[in-house]
Amino acid sequence: MDVRSQIALVFHLDKCIGCHTCSIACKNVWTDRAGTEYMWWNNVETKPGTGYPTRWEDQESYRGGWRVEDGVIELRSTGKARIVPNIFHNPSMPSMDDYYEPWTYKYDDLFNAPEGDDQPTARPISMVTGEPINVEAGPNWDDDLGGSEVYAKNDPNLEDLSPEQRAQLSSVERLVFFYLPRICNHCLNPACVAACPSGALYKRGEDGIVLLNQSRCRGWRACIPACPYKKTYYNWSTGKSEKCILCFPRLESGQAPACFHSCVGRIRYLGNVLYDADRISSAALRPDHELVDAQRELILDPNDPAVIAAARESGVPDAVVESAQRSPAWKFVKEWKLALPLHVEHRTFPMLFYVPPLLPVMSIADGNLVRSDVSQLFGEVEKVRAPIAYLGKLFAAGNDGKVRYALKKQLAVRLWRRHVTVGDISAEAARDALAQADCTSEEADAIYRLTALATFDDRFVIPPFQREMALEMLDDPHVHRAEAGFGFRTAPERA
Amino acid sequence: MINDLLLYGALPYAATVVFLIVTIQRYRQRSFTYSSLSSQFLENQHHFWGSVPFHYGLLVVLAGHLLALLLPRAVLWWNAEPLRLYALEITGLAFALLALVGLVNIVVRRASVPKARVVTTTGDWVLNVLLGTQILSGIGVAIVHGWGSSWFSSSVSPWLWSLARLDPEVAWVAPLPWLVKVHIVNAWLLIGVFPFTRLVHVLVVPNPYLWRKTQVVLWNRPRTRSS
Repeated sequence: MDVRSQIALVFHLDKCIGCHTCSIACKNVWTDRAGTEYMWWNNVETKPGTGYPTRWEDQESYRGGWRVEDGVIELRSTGKARIVPNIFHNPSMPSMDDYYEPWTYKYDDLFNAPEGDDQPTARPISMVTGEPINVEAGPNWDDDLGGSEVYAKNDPNLEDLSPEQRAQLSSVERLVFFYLPRICNHCLNPACVAACPSGALYKRGEDGIVLLNQSRCRGWRACIPACPYKKTYYNWSTGKSEKCILCFPRLESGQAPACFHSCVGRIRYLGNVLYDADRISSAALRPDHELVDAQRELILDPNDPAVIAAARESGVPDAVVESAQRSPAWKFVKEWKLALPLHVEHRTFPMLFYVPPLLPVMSIADGNLVRSDVSQLFGEVEKVRAPIAYLGKLFAAGNDGKVRYALKKQLAVRLWRRHVTVGDISAEAARDALAQADCTSEEADAIYRLTALATFDDRFVIPPFQREMALEMLDDPHVHRAEAGFGFRTAPERA
Repeated sequence: MINDLLLYGALPYAATVVFLIVTIQRYRQRSFTYSSLSSQFLENQHHFWGSVPFHYGLLVVLAGHLLALLLPRAVLWWNAEPLRLYALEITGLAFALLALVGLVNIVVRRASVPKARVVTTTGDWVLNVLLGTQILSGIGVAIVHGWGSSWFSSSVSPWLWSLARLDPEVAWVAPLPWLVKVHIVNAWLLIGVFPFTRLVHVLVVPNPYLWRKTQVVLWNRPRTRSS
């Protein structure tokens, strides 16, 4: 057993209000440099929707992630045999057209325009060429257009749904959508790392953060198609790839990453979990519908004395194990089984988990009346607004049972808390719902507390990084902020 | 005579010295600048018709030159049979034409696609001119002064080996036709500008990928595993 610690993340989707504050926080801190304007290390998508870059989930064209071939896993996009043909022109590489051409406005014109009959205007200009452009796409171009026949209809996850289920997602009366905030998943079996011909991408042993060494990156671009989540980005100005660094300079000084810290809806949780690195390769070979379980089995119980002993043997410091015992990720993912990985079928074992949205009905139109009485609102899980099959495609590789379990438990918690606080649901009915959802009243209270009342310290249990002795801690990470990206001593010139 | 000595006796050494010193200095002090500087991200369609034929064409032609340099006798033996000589010559010419098609596409794309133009530097244009001269003069030599695979082995290889022995015998190349001389001089110019341009990406081709482990895990402090 090779026990390692990994920073795991949980996003509670029912709490996300789609405000994009996380994206802006990230953009202002990390991607305000030339060549990175189009990068959104953190982005928020509307689902159903095509996402960013457009249709990133369409692996027929992008060929991201792993597939099982004759009992071994191999990268869909590249590999040792394909490195030569792919290096001159990568056939599955997205281009800027699949993202958008970043733009700004000629604000100067507002002040310098000669006096005339018309209001001066600030024309949009491309941040690549500096020429005026017609803005035709953006990083959240289909924001809130969940039922759109133009955008949402092209969501790759809809392809296997029945016509009724598709209608459910787009008909005016029943239209439903939710937000999906995305950052790098800091996977256990990262496809980007495996694909990098230069070995510039690596996973940090102590905390599992996946980083890209730009001094070793040679711009072969293999990581970009390889990542099934399209979370490595090519800097067209420096000729190097870049990605989310989980704000490791902040984490190392005990602060939450910028997107976590700024989250208005408090949907984000962060904590480390212990996992067995020896079992990753066998877990990745399991069939699709077992993958959620396979990933959960990789995560070890930090309270189990055998695991604690094994962790000590593997060199995991005791303080890190203690941190794992308090981790909200452990509770959401393993203890309560509420949080699920996004598109686990690509076998990268993403360590960002999502609590699937219950999308509670607030009121029901009944003729000309709007009814909001409880018995109508807390219906059965089977009748939730987003088809479970759709959520199953996103969060459970098609294993709908995993989503149903998480939704049932969330519903039971609501019924239980309604019983406790308002009292218009009988104890019997509430307990019955709990029993059906494999949940006790203590667990329901704990879920309620961590979901609704959690403070900053409850949500972010940051393990000690023990980097006090590291030399680079003496440098101020902000010195190079607007010029080079973190970690550079010199400005990144092209040639 | 003095010109011959400068061009075939001094230039090769000057170019090689510049190549070695600047390449190493650049790698040690500005490792960040070693990149393919790919523009595929900015334009994805035309890129294929430039980059792919150019690289494959050039790689095969370069391999041919290297073969004639390292194994001149083997090449001469191979060419002793006319049919084999024709096959070798036609293959070389075909790949040179492929490289030319690629370079033309690269130049057209870099000049006509606005986004690609943004990331095209003066150095890139210098390189395009030198590469164009090299490929065109090479094709010219192949057509006008045929059977180059044989006379390269018997007159250029000895000169190159004399350079390597630090005892340049310019008499080997002095009597060659002017087109061949253009090809030779331009080749040394390319080697001289090599370390100042994007060409350095050739030196960092990722061959370790073929034998490294699939996943890369780095530890910030030494791992103390007791088992």
